Amino acid sequence: MADIEIRNVYKIFGQDSKAALAMAKEGLNKSEILARSGCSVGLNNVSLTIGAGKIFVIMGLSGSGKSTLVRHINRLIEPTSGEVMFDGSNILTLDAKALRTFRMHRVSMVFQSFALMPHRTVLQNVVYGQRVRGLPKAEARDIGMKWIETVGLAGYDAKFPHQLSGGMKQRVGLARALAADTDVILMDEAFSALDPLIRADMQDQLLQLQQNLSKTIVFITHDLDEALRIGSEIAILKDGQVVQVGTPDDILERPANDYVARFVHRRQGRPEAHE
Amino acid sequence: MFPDSLNLSIRGPVNDFIQALVSGYGWVFKAISAVILKAVLFIEWILRGLPWWVVILIFMALAWQSSKRWTLTVAVGILLFFVGVLGLWDLTMQTLALMLMATIVSVVIGVPMGILVAKSRVMRNITLPVLDVMQTMPSFVYLIPALMLFGLGKVPAILATIIYAVPPLIRLTDLGIRQVDHEVVEAATAFGGSPNQILFGVELPLATPTIMAGLNQTIMMALSMVVVASMIGARGLGEQVLNGIQTLDVGKGLEAGIGIVILAIVLDRITQGFGKSQTEDPRNG
Repeated sequence: MADIEIRNVYKIFGQDSKAALAMAKEGLNKSEILARSGCSVGLNNVSLTIGAGKIFVIMGLSGSGKSTLVRHINRLIEPTSGEVMFDGSNILTLDAKALRTFRMHRVSMVFQSFALMPHRTVLQNVVYGQRVRGLPKAEARDIGMKWIETVGLAGYDAKFPHQLSGGMKQRVGLARALAADTDVILMDEAFSALDPLIRADMQDQLLQLQQNLSKTIVFITHDLDEALRIGSEIAILKDGQVVQVGTPDDILERPANDYVARFVHRRQGRPEAHE
Repeated sequence: MFPDSLNLSIRGPVNDFIQALVSGYGWVFKAISAVILKAVLFIEWILRGLPWWVVILIFMALAWQSSKRWTLTVAVGILLFFVGVLGLWDLTMQTLALMLMATIVSVVIGVPMGILVAKSRVMRNITLPVLDVMQTMPSFVYLIPALMLFGLGKVPAILATIIYAVPPLIRLTDLGIRQVDHEVVEAATAFGGSPNQILFGVELPLATPTIMAGLNQTIMMALSMVVVASMIGARGLGEQVLNGIQTLDVGKGLEAGIGIVILAIVLDRITQGFGKSQTEDPRNG
């Protein structure tokens, strides 16, 4: 079980990040900062608490900073300022070795474009996390086969990724994350590249796995339907800032502002006000 | 006319520097020379010691291993047999030994350099202009100092060959590693892979086709140095070409030329095959 707490995280991309950070803290918005310092603001004072054992969805359009945010949780990206607390300890203070151990044992990740290793078989991909830890081949194989079967790919363990369809590849991605046996799984637009039917299947499968395993899942999406379907809590991100955090019902019934309301309206198929 | 008063010559200092190297540190170069010579003589001893049909069989096995095509395998066998028929077997083995030595040293230098260049921006900014110089500088310019330092024969020939032939390997290793899908490297990082595990388990395997293309280029460029190398006393096919030209024996020159071409074709096809067989193209979605 792991609680994740993101505290006042800023991420500035560009040369003069100090000046831009100061501007962001003064409350200037993204385009003003870009015009003045040439830096682009990825995340602007993001604070979130992600409870253990739930599916937490971070939703936003492209450029909202959602993929940047999720990469802060396993420190693939370092924040310009702020803290990322994992079970009460700040992961930003870990040294290189401790960080690797943390990534091996605490957090795994599923990627939008699968990010499978093309020169390894399905099984070798799935057990990557275990092998990196130094688990002997035979033991890793047992774990790998179990998860390959769980995600419905039994019999495909010796195939290479290029022999699989998109949906199957992402099942491998999911099995790889599950086989790493971590408390937290980060899913960066994991189902966005899949076609609608397969996507719905995968969502069902994820919900079922979640019921059985009660992992903490941080799920990134740009699709409100998907967010509402699988999320027990949803954070909506715009221009690197959190617009609203709440349960699906909160979002639907009490949108925090026009931006969120527009999403909700569009989903319900109503014409927009200005049309 | 450019004013004479602005002339600045680096001739003197460079000459003094080489002179000082030769007289002061000659023993260092002698030692290096001895090691390289031992190694190349060892390779030559193996190649010339083996019966000709064993060498042909080894090459055919390599061709099969790399391409899985029996046409290529048979063609390699016939071509090498033809070299023997032309009476060039021994010379070809000498040239091959020289090539192998130059290629081995090129790989030992080139692949790690390529990795460094791919990983470090500073290294890239320093190395790439140096590679440009190495590839464009006329080879005689460094052949002569190499002669002065290492003496006549195989060793300066090998060193000159390496200087000319190693740049494509460095460039393509660099390119291959930088071309590896960023997300795959990110995934390996996210699962806790150490820099070494990522380099040897992900980046190098995925860069292998490109690195093999670089090795192929290196071998081809090394072969193109064979005649130049023979001018400073490296024996082999190049010497035969040189001989033929000097005595206006066109036929002799052509024969040796054909020998070089055959060696080039054989080595090219085999290394190309190894590059391709590693490629696993994402074919269906």
